[in-house]
Amino acid sequence: MAPVTFLEAIRQAMFEEMAADPSVVLIGEDVGVYGGAFKTSEGLLEKFGWERVIDTPISESAIIGAACGMSYLGLRPIAEMQFIDFIVCCFNQLTNFVAKGHYLWNAPAPIVVRGPAGAGVHGGPFHSLSPEMYFLHTPGFKIVYPSTPYDAKGLLKASIRDNNPVLFFEHKFLYRRIKEELPNTDYVVPLGKAIVRREGKHLTVLSYAAMMHVCLEAADALANEGIETEVIDLRTLMPLDEETILASVKKTNKCLVVHEDTMTGGIAGEIAAILFEKAFHDLDGPLVRVTALDTPVPYAPTLEEAFLPNAQKVFAAAKSLARF
Amino acid sequence: MPGSETRVKPAKLSRQQYLDLYYYMCLNREVEETMTRLFRQNKIVGGLYSSLGQEAISVGTAYALEKRDWLAPMIRNIGALLVKGVPPRDIFTQHMAKYTSPTKGKDGTSHFGDLENLHIVSPISMLGDLIPVMTGVAMAGRYLGQKIVSMTWIGDGGSSTGVFHEGLNLAATQKAAFVLILENNQWAYSTPVRRQIPLENLADRAKAYGISSYIVDGNDVVAVYSTAKEAVERARAGEGPILIEAKTFRRRGHAQHDPAEYVPKKQREYWEKRDPIALYERFLMKEKLLDAKGKKEIEDKLNTLLEKEREFAENSPMPPPELAAQGVYCTGDNCHKICPKWERPVDELLPPKSSVEPVWIVENFGRGSASYGVSAPIHFGDVPATTENSRATPAEPPAKAAKPHVGKKAASPRLAKKGGR
Repeated sequence: MAPVTFLEAIRQAMFEEMAADPSVVLIGEDVGVYGGAFKTSEGLLEKFGWERVIDTPISESAIIGAACGMSYLGLRPIAEMQFIDFIVCCFNQLTNFVAKGHYLWNAPAPIVVRGPAGAGVHGGPFHSLSPEMYFLHTPGFKIVYPSTPYDAKGLLKASIRDNNPVLFFEHKFLYRRIKEELPNTDYVVPLGKAIVRREGKHLTVLSYAAMMHVCLEAADALANEGIETEVIDLRTLMPLDEETILASVKKTNKCLVVHEDTMTGGIAGEIAAILFEKAFHDLDGPLVRVTALDTPVPYAPTLEEAFLPNAQKVFAAAKSLARF
Repeated sequence: MPGSETRVKPAKLSRQQYLDLYYYMCLNREVEETMTRLFRQNKIVGGLYSSLGQEAISVGTAYALEKRDWLAPMIRNIGALLVKGVPPRDIFTQHMAKYTSPTKGKDGTSHFGDLENLHIVSPISMLGDLIPVMTGVAMAGRYLGQKIVSMTWIGDGGSSTGVFHEGLNLAATQKAAFVLILENNQWAYSTPVRRQIPLENLADRAKAYGISSYIVDGNDVVAVYSTAKEAVERARAGEGPILIEAKTFRRRGHAQHDPAEYVPKKQREYWEKRDPIALYERFLMKEKLLDAKGKKEIEDKLNTLLEKEREFAENSPMPPPELAAQGVYCTGDNCHKICPKWERPVDELLPPKSSVEPVWIVENFGRGSASYGVSAPIHFGDVPATTENSRATPAEPPAKAAKPHVGKKAASPRLAKKGGR
């Protein structure tokens, strides 16, 4: 099998789920004839027809509302945000309607909301969003943010089959930059399970999505200095795999969290709280955060580079933490 | 430009149907009167919203639906829930936050639903959100081959939300079998309709979406029912969404706490004389469908029923505190089995049968498809642009009469099927 891109992995997951289950439909802007702004749905209309691949007006609230209504009759709609930045246009529909339904009136809404997220491609302040923490604070969602084509495909399949609303963020920096050979068989990657990408004993680095690759690059450099880093890919932010995080920190006694999201209110703070509550006596140093700046995502490459974490920043922070 | 269709021939109802409408309106009112007493006894946990004087709308519209159809109530549509089969005890326990309520005390008022049996979607407090949701319900119904219609309600106030526009526009482009009842009760909390919307008739909003609309006297239950029935049938037949503006008046405040002193006295007096139940009672008496004895029988039946239901609610426990932490997520098939009810062959939706040629066909291109037909001042290249003068007196008569904005044959984008046309 030829290696496939992250983007192709997404397309394959949708294609295979739609072929296997007629209750799976795709709804969004330009997803049909055009095949999606990034071509993640290319060929789906041709194969599955107008009823299953639904082009909509530019109406994010209506897209989410309609997907939710469809799910009440037992369908499993995938709703695409053309860029994930636009998910805030349907914030009310998602947080008040979709997320609360099961708790309040026992109504599951098995929908997946997916779309290209993240910075690093000079998309500017309205096409580079890391949206995860807007929604992590709302009980009712599962939140997935994969870093590899294998995970993207397996997690998207698991998300489509899940009975809960799943927010599935695809880092657009990864879409065409990484390739991987995928199994020939139908597989899923379960939601809520982190994975150890690299084993080490001196410190734990937690990250996800595009920053995972930055962390692995930094870990190589750190190894040259004799610092063995354990790199963990969270993969799913809700539910968060506390077990894997705690097991690693209890081993390394030090923890660095790297995310592309802005610092204040980012998931690093949440992880810090978990470690203080559940692994306080295992920590030999402060929890360190390497994150984006607390600003909007700027446009100019020089500014965006300054805004984002990178391997050098992770290397420096990890090296100084390792000295504790 | 054609306006809304205002007159629908009154439907011919059976004696039983006439009496059903009366019964449900009385039930609606008595359920709310019972709750007003409970509120004064401090037994209602949160707010209480009254539909006094608007019962004909909730009852008349919901009565036009079939059992398989779906509805989502708004805050003043207790009557619609009762018609759909919700027992009064559910309304009482919801308001009293009891463990026996449909939401087990997790939410109040009319905020509950039933996906499985009654086909009711729960509303939320944010207005307009149900419009795209019920559009999705209609889309899924058609997809599954179920031939259902979905219905929800919105107020004059809620018709100014962004999602009202997004939802109704999506419904129109999808030709969803969806009926939207716009209850113009003239007051959005303390703001009169004329300060909200510079339109005489809110039904005119339908023109923006190229869909049909009606205006009906919301205090005349037979007119409301007849209009809703026609709309539901047209939607079911595939004509797309339909908007019904029901003109009425909110006789109480926004909620129990609000004495609504901002409402002009004359306006209130006018509408109090137009009480929908009193008006209907007069009609029934005149038509000899109801007499004093029959009325007394209905009153007694309601009293007995509501006494029992109220007692059930009052004697029900509050939810146990541990329930607060439960139920955010569906835990899987043991919690909910997601199983769509197919009423069409599934293989139509799978390759090879589902395959299409993925190209757009632009309907009416070359035929002058704009609002003014060929006489429009400018076209998208489908026919030559005409001058301002020729717009008034076209040089050539249009080959075909311009299609009305609103009406049975509103133009809609069509999608290419395999093989094209």
